[in-house]
Amino acid sequence: MAELLSVRDLRVRFHRAPPGRYAVDGVSFSLEEGEILGLVGESGSGKTVTAMTVSGLLPRRQTQVSGSVILAGREILGSSEAQLRALQGSDLAVVFQEPMTSLNPVLRIGPQVEESLRFHTRLSAGERRQRALEAMAQAELPDPEALYRKYPHELSGGMLQRVMIAAAIVSRPKLLLADEPTTALDVTIQAQILALLKKLSLENHMAILFISHDLNVVRRLCRRVAVMQRGRLVETGTAEELFRAPREDYTRQLIAAIPTRERRLDV
Amino acid sequence: MRYAAKKLFTLIITLFIVSLLAFLAFQIIPGDPTTAMLGTQATPEARAELQAELGLDRPVPVRYWDWLTSFLTGDFGESYSYRLPVAGLLGEKLAITGVLILMAFLFTIVLSIPLGILAGSIRNPVLDKLMTALDQVVMSVPSFFLGILTCYLFGTLLRVFVPGDFVSYTQDWGAFLSYLILPALSIALPRVAMTVKMLRGSILEQLGEDYVRTARSRGLPRGEILRRHVLKNALLPVITFLAVSAAEIMTSSIIVEQVFTIPGVGRLLLSSISNRDFPVVQAIVVILAAWIVVVNLVADVLYQLADPRIRLR
Repeated sequence: MAELLSVRDLRVRFHRAPPGRYAVDGVSFSLEEGEILGLVGESGSGKTVTAMTVSGLLPRRQTQVSGSVILAGREILGSSEAQLRALQGSDLAVVFQEPMTSLNPVLRIGPQVEESLRFHTRLSAGERRQRALEAMAQAELPDPEALYRKYPHELSGGMLQRVMIAAAIVSRPKLLLADEPTTALDVTIQAQILALLKKLSLENHMAILFISHDLNVVRRLCRRVAVMQRGRLVETGTAEELFRAPREDYTRQLIAAIPTRERRLDV
Repeated sequence: MRYAAKKLFTLIITLFIVSLLAFLAFQIIPGDPTTAMLGTQATPEARAELQAELGLDRPVPVRYWDWLTSFLTGDFGESYSYRLPVAGLLGEKLAITGVLILMAFLFTIVLSIPLGILAGSIRNPVLDKLMTALDQVVMSVPSFFLGILTCYLFGTLLRVFVPGDFVSYTQDWGAFLSYLILPALSIALPRVAMTVKMLRGSILEQLGEDYVRTARSRGLPRGEILRRHVLKNALLPVITFLAVSAAEIMTSSIIVEQVFTIPGVGRLLLSSISNRDFPVVQAIVVILAAWIVVVNLVADVLYQLADPRIRLR
């Protein structure tokens, strides 16, 4: 399989941070076409900053970035804003943590789902609508025709996350960045969304960089997992290897933090 | 339909309460119309006679009921001091003030929304500070002082405007409207500055929302994000703010009319209050309250049209 994303020696520093403190400190990994990679770590470990850098959403004025991020043969770090925009919403799509606030409350669902087509294709309004309805059906949303005309506040959190996923896949991206997409949802919905992402990755041959603090969630979805701590990548391997024989103390701690039937966490 | 009925009911109740309060206020403040009409040297007998003639010797609830029932049938009563029907006395003055208020309100909307969008999208920090400072200055100048300044600037220095050279619409609509431009601007400018500040803040706040990040992740250029996503959200609180401004525009019009010697309701209201000319004051108060209530009703309807989360019920 061909390499889709290659991150080499990525370093990100916020201008406000004390000297020598890197939010991302020399991270390297790669992703093949259609592969799902889990990026795990506690909050503040730099996993979201890594994802934001890859997606080009990192505020350029407030950060200093070095290294290289190559997506489908194009260097992201050196590209102009216009070049970046051409990539965002076509080859690259993002699903965020908070479905409730990630959609515009005063716009209907349909136009938001097909928005990236509006800016990246020459499709007619009718064709865009058709593609949006297809994407919504693929995201397993019931009755897309009716939902198309609804407003975000009329839908539940789980439904909204499906809408966000539909909006992400409508442009048939090669890479989907999923930043804790199930964290704000309750457990049964979580499992459904994970199954959906897995299905979409297979059907559309779409790679997913799945970011989560929850090893258990990552294990269900990803074959390969990368563990981040304090801006560094501390361990990479298949999910099974990591669970069977974690080499790093930190990974061991993350695994130990998963509540089981015998060992519940006291909260 | 139920919504409309509910709103209409609120409107009527509000006007009723306002008229009652205005009426009661007149009972509480010292002074009495007969003193104003006959002078302080009048004999008690003459005053009592006049009081009986005006119906002021009757108990308060009876007088209010009397006023209310005739008001509802379209009879606004007769002015104590002019001995003329209030309706006739108000007619032209009300139209003049009405046009002035509408013009000032229109200026406020037409100027503040584009300027607010501009202020909200400026990215150059120096330009942003400059605009904010200018905004702050205009905001803090009271309307009557702006009126004096414009009279001086356009009247004395530029000589394109003659303060006091008022022409009523009954003679010449064009001259009437052009005379009102400067007073309306004096009323509008502080309101414009406030609305610009408000809209700027609202846009900046919306730019930090999650849905803006989503729009950016789809590769939308900044201008499109502002136009398609931010603007509609940012304008929502401005609708309510403009409705509040409508009340302020009305009160400052009363004073600005004095500066520009416009024979509108403002002057009549002030003289009627000092003469304790109750029927005139009462009619003006209810009409002004109606303007506020109607503007707020329109704002409510607009808000609901703009925000799908609050739909007519």
